[in-house]
Amino acid sequence: MSNQPILQIHNLHATVGGAEILRGIDLTVQRGEVHAIMGPNGSGKSTLAHVLAGREGYEITAGTVRYLGQDLLALSPEERARAGIFLAFQYPVEIPGVSNSYFLRTALNAVRKHRGLEPIDAMDFLALLDEKMTFVEMDPALVKRSVNDGFSGGEKKRNEVLQMAVLEPTLAILDETDSGLDIDALRVVAAAVNRLRNADHAVVVVTHYQRLLNYLVPDIVHVLLNGRIVRSGTKELALELEDTGYAGLETHVGAAAYAS
Amino acid sequence: MSARLPMHHDRASTTMKVIDSYLSSFEPVNGSVPAWLTTLRRNAMRRFADQGFPSTRLEDWKYTDVAPIAKLPFRLARALPERVAREVVEAASFGAGGRLVFVNGRYLPELSSTDALPAGARVTSLGRVLAHEPELVEAHLARYANAGHGFTALNTAFIQDGAVAYLPQRAVVPEPIHLLFISQPAGEPVVSHPRILIVAGDDSQAVVVETYVGSGVGAYFTNAVTEIVLGANADIAHYKLQCESEQAFHVATTEARQGAGSRLRSYAVSLGGALVRSDINTLLDAEGCECSLDGLYMLAGTQHVDHHTSIDHRQPRCTSRELYKGVLDGKSSGVFNGKVYVRPHAQQSDAGQVNKNLLLSDDATIDTKPQLEIFANDVKCSHGATIGRLDDEALFYLRSRGIDAAAARSLLIAAFANELIGRMQAAPVRAQLERLVWSRFHGTAPVEAST
Repeated sequence: MSNQPILQIHNLHATVGGAEILRGIDLTVQRGEVHAIMGPNGSGKSTLAHVLAGREGYEITAGTVRYLGQDLLALSPEERARAGIFLAFQYPVEIPGVSNSYFLRTALNAVRKHRGLEPIDAMDFLALLDEKMTFVEMDPALVKRSVNDGFSGGEKKRNEVLQMAVLEPTLAILDETDSGLDIDALRVVAAAVNRLRNADHAVVVVTHYQRLLNYLVPDIVHVLLNGRIVRSGTKELALELEDTGYAGLETHVGAAAYAS
Repeated sequence: MSARLPMHHDRASTTMKVIDSYLSSFEPVNGSVPAWLTTLRRNAMRRFADQGFPSTRLEDWKYTDVAPIAKLPFRLARALPERVAREVVEAASFGAGGRLVFVNGRYLPELSSTDALPAGARVTSLGRVLAHEPELVEAHLARYANAGHGFTALNTAFIQDGAVAYLPQRAVVPEPIHLLFISQPAGEPVVSHPRILIVAGDDSQAVVVETYVGSGVGAYFTNAVTEIVLGANADIAHYKLQCESEQAFHVATTEARQGAGSRLRSYAVSLGGALVRSDINTLLDAEGCECSLDGLYMLAGTQHVDHHTSIDHRQPRCTSRELYKGVLDGKSSGVFNGKVYVRPHAQQSDAGQVNKNLLLSDDATIDTKPQLEIFANDVKCSHGATIGRLDDEALFYLRSRGIDAAAARSLLIAAFANELIGRMQAAPVRAQLERLVWSRFHGTAPVEAST
């Protein structure tokens, strides 16, 4: 363990179909920190989350991303996942015909293999799954069903949190995991994130509203606007945004110096 | 179609020579053959001589050109090979139940075994039945598959051996009856004409599995015909696992006739073969019948596999369900043609038909044609067909959880196939198929079905 940051993004530019979405992101996430990235629709929040997870279809035109010191952009999505990056999807994908428990076990074993561990024993896995399901308050019937197939919006989000709890990522990125959730579900998400809140992990929460942040108090809040981080601050920034909205920040565009 | 040129002279004359070679190898008279069978075979040979091999000018053969079959001078295998690889038999077997093994169309008792059967039931070779108790099959043999294309006629003309499953009233055979057809070409192309007859008496139940495999190298041609007749309330599950070798030609027709309240569950799986045509037809010939026709084809390379099915609702209050799913890779091509007829008298028919295809490469093709022809007015019918690719979103989702790209593809392909395999109720067959499906694409560890 060193003092090396978990994530270091420098001057990241990314385009989709020729349109520039990320226009110079700088962001450093240290061990143990929870960062919230807020911003209006279309500001580039989800693009940033997807670029970090390795989704295809984005062109990185400038900048670097270092994860635990290594060049993250050179890794495939599966290599990133095995190295400890986890993206909780805004819209989890339905996969009919693949059972949720088989999927979880396959994913866990892929991560374990990367860490030099033996595949988990079937009984141990069931015990682990049982514990994690209780923790995220998920209906046990859902792990026997196909991945997200026919799940309600809330069940899908809980399933993302379950996966996160099972895989115990070094860097968890939550892409609008709070959208469409009721208060109880928000509490579960917050509890799962708080569990990862220690010296070995870090969490980046991408959200449109500060509601989740009532349960999950971030160390640092960033405001993303037009592909740049225009302000960074403490949790009070989120409250301020709640009052003033994003409109008041338009004038800060170009004042990216705050973000570094 | 009318603009199509007439068949090229050379090709036509080659085909005629082949038809002549089939005719010359035709030996209908044999001391132990009953007269009715001789007549049956003669008439069938005449029909084949009239019809010949189907051409692509026929609507039902539009996408499947059988020229490679019509061109090759296949010989009936005269003698059994000296040695049959036991590992081939073992690999295709699944333990439970009785097993009849055929090599190049001939029954091999030493590799076969029979399970205890209910009183009066028979599971044995057609050759033996024709020699010793032909009256058992006289009323049924070639009574159902007596029209159709030239290949069926050719099979009937060469009826010699195959399998008979005869179930008297209320006979229940709990374990699957396995019919294993092995083709083992030896230096020259061989043809076999397996003939299967399943007679299910009233209230009887059985599971019959036909497996077709190839052993060794070289082209061969399997031309199989299965007839299934179901008495009132009979319940038959029929599995056809086509795992022929890469150079094989395989044409098979299954004709079923259903009695009142009977239930037929048909599962057709096509994994092997170079050129394959499979027809499965069922006639819902009395009130309250149920049938489900399910199919799975997984193709690669330059394979061509054509599935034609027909469900004929001839009487009221029958239910039919059909699901055929295909996975096509490489330059393979597939055909699905599903006909559902609802006759004027067949009120309150309930028919649903779906064909779904997954194309894994840009060069793979599928021609799909679900066809409903409804002549009654109080019916519930639906049909549909889809053609898609692996879902990029799903692939990214799996990869984002640490599963590598190849394994993620395998998982999605298996998931696609699992919907079908999951419908099979015979556990040993299902387990064997899960293994086969996995080894078909990438050979990864088996995945449990989701439900």
